[in-house]
Amino acid sequence: MSEAIEAERTFYDKFPKEARIVRAAFLSSFLALILGAIFGIIQTLHRTDVARIIPSTDYYTVLTAHGVFLVISFTIFFLVGLFTWAVVRSLDRPLLNTKITWTWYALMAVGMTMTGVSILAGFTDAIDMSADVLFTFYAPLQAHPLFYTGLAVFIVGSWIAGADWFRTWLAWKRENPDERIPLQTFMVLTTMAMWYIASSAVAASVLIFLLPWSLGLIDQVNPTLTRTLFWFFGHPVVYFWLMPAYMLWYTVLPKIAGGRLFSDPLARVVFVLFLLLSTPVGIHHQYLDPGIAEGFKFISMTNTMFLLLPSLLTAFTVVASVEYGARQRGGSGLLGWLTDLPWRKPEFTGMMLAGLMFAAGGFSGMVNAGMNINYMIHNTIWVPGHFHLTVGTAVALTFMAATYWIWPQITNKPIYSRTIGLVQVVVWFIGMALMSNAMHAQGIMGVPRRTAEPEYSGFEYATMFGGFEELNIQIAIGGTLLFVSTVLFIGNLVLTMGNPKVSGLADPLPPALSGPNDSPKVLDNLRLWVGIALTLVVLAYALPLAAIIQRGGLLGPGVGTYPVWLSPALDALANTAVSAFGAVGDASASLVEVIR
Amino acid sequence: MHIHAYEKLWLAASVMLILLLVGSVTYGAIGPGVAMVADSEPTIDAGGLDEDERFSEPRVEQVGENEYEAYVVSFQFGFQPDPIVVPENSTVTFYVTSRDVIHGFEVAGTNANTMVVPGEVSEIKVEVEEPQEYGLICNEYCGAGHHAMEGKVNVVSQAEYEDRTSGGDSE
Repeated sequence: MSEAIEAERTFYDKFPKEARIVRAAFLSSFLALILGAIFGIIQTLHRTDVARIIPSTDYYTVLTAHGVFLVISFTIFFLVGLFTWAVVRSLDRPLLNTKITWTWYALMAVGMTMTGVSILAGFTDAIDMSADVLFTFYAPLQAHPLFYTGLAVFIVGSWIAGADWFRTWLAWKRENPDERIPLQTFMVLTTMAMWYIASSAVAASVLIFLLPWSLGLIDQVNPTLTRTLFWFFGHPVVYFWLMPAYMLWYTVLPKIAGGRLFSDPLARVVFVLFLLLSTPVGIHHQYLDPGIAEGFKFISMTNTMFLLLPSLLTAFTVVASVEYGARQRGGSGLLGWLTDLPWRKPEFTGMMLAGLMFAAGGFSGMVNAGMNINYMIHNTIWVPGHFHLTVGTAVALTFMAATYWIWPQITNKPIYSRTIGLVQVVVWFIGMALMSNAMHAQGIMGVPRRTAEPEYSGFEYATMFGGFEELNIQIAIGGTLLFVSTVLFIGNLVLTMGNPKVSGLADPLPPALSGPNDSPKVLDNLRLWVGIALTLVVLAYALPLAAIIQRGGLLGPGVGTYPVWLSPALDALANTAVSAFGAVGDASASLVEVIR
Repeated sequence: MHIHAYEKLWLAASVMLILLLVGSVTYGAIGPGVAMVADSEPTIDAGGLDEDERFSEPRVEQVGENEYEAYVVSFQFGFQPDPIVVPENSTVTFYVTSRDVIHGFEVAGTNANTMVVPGEVSEIKVEVEEPQEYGLICNEYCGAGHHAMEGKVNVVSQAEYEDRTSGGDSE
């Protein structure tokens, strides 16, 4: 019955209060996208030496801004908008209290503004504030306290968001005691359970170590410990970016293709696998770290390889669902059905191209995950080449493509130009194909990532797959196309906002071909899955963390502090302060020794 | 729960792929003996490298027939010694540490690659063959001058290496 009602009314018609929150989250996300894209084009042209409008020392401010705005702000604001829509739509009930919803939105916005200000202040010498520590903020490089504080506030906001959705689901469950969790809500809940586990480590790292240290309360930290806590969060966060894209591929893409999802139970299995396996893998980012035993790295690698499984299953289900859609539209033949798909729809073509690039990203990911061949490409530009396929296309392009479908649902306004939308997603694909391919190739030559000037005075790179310079040109052209694509997206959306509201835009989502009642009830037992996930995390991390603390101490083996945010004059002062604190440090170190 | 026959086949193939990948690395480790950077070395006081036996004078030392050890210090923004000179057809074990922040140690275009973390010593063993000059770069962001941080690893002929070391002794 609810389906019939939905056929006439959009999300905006049914839940105007919630639609407003979804819009606010999306707009924050797109603001971060355009800022990130501006820093992206500056950095691409700088690195490839096509145009340098900033000194090389400022490159790292640009790089920090590009990373944080895109992978924290753009992705996560889109996620909270999408998840709010998904919970309310699939439960077909409003949120419990939108005051709480606006509270978490405000916390996230304020936190991100604080972090953003601390990063952008790096461009001026007028204030002693900077956070040129990149997205990974490895100690002992130290950012201004505002950077860490903002991140903490942002994460707390995301936790309250999760609680908001859990409470709404519990209220629904009381009203519908015998029903299975609707698929989209199930996806939201499992993803958020994973997020609570993963983000607890980075929150601990920031609140216990990095923030007190940046405030001068403790004088040193253990770089391996804070780095390990970062990657405890740093790998699952990539699935946090990816899960909203998966949700769109599973629940929206089949409908756009003209059909419906192939299998609801397998979709649930996939999300459970991500909940279980996303976190106990972070050490694979530390294969080349001294101070971590080979055995721990091996366990992490095995878990990582098994993480391929849910993605391979997804590839099957999504392609099968799309094929079903094509056959519903009259497609036939072994591959002939491909021509019966709605390729003129930007939301369809965008998501399909994103999925195609994700497959390519999966293959380069297998190289990254291989403990021994990883040595060939670790910290080379191969790695950003890889993640521009995954988060930079599978996620980003899916979000942009989905916007062409979902924006009318939450505003009642048709997209200004769907043709521009189609051009936009194709330009993104071409730009990324050029840029990412050349980045992978340069990586094999040994060209490092995260550097303002990858050409060195003392030696030249060997030539393969085209020379260094030729690949640079590919990167510059690709990066420029990506920037153009972003501008087209934002421009189209701004013009859409000027459109008048119309009716008849509703596009309801059908249930899966094989519905929830075909899936074992145990899949909905969230307590069980969270329990297993926690057990796996303890198994993967308890011993490595204990060993790291055992080796270096809680506050590190005599490592200094390297603030990027104090001017040289203040630097000397800081050094004096550090040596004064030294005595305190020694005392606390011996205290830690005793506690151990 | 109904699983389509093709889906079962796909699932089986996926699991095979995963086992193959894990198996290949396992074989690499126990067959040809590919060793990884691990926790073989004890921690070190990053602030006290000047008093350390190995790192107060970064250098290359012969420790056996065709076996050499290189003690390398990385810092904002360079490596010591620079260049690192080793003879052809030898086995070189690099011990690399940092006196300040996290750095990278990458011999460009090869798999000689490790993180360098202050307070820790990275150990990597490599086989060098023909005489050649390699670029040595820091591949982990380490501060505003990161892009200027480079060095060299020069693999030289036995004769040239002996020349250099005997010259070094007389200095």
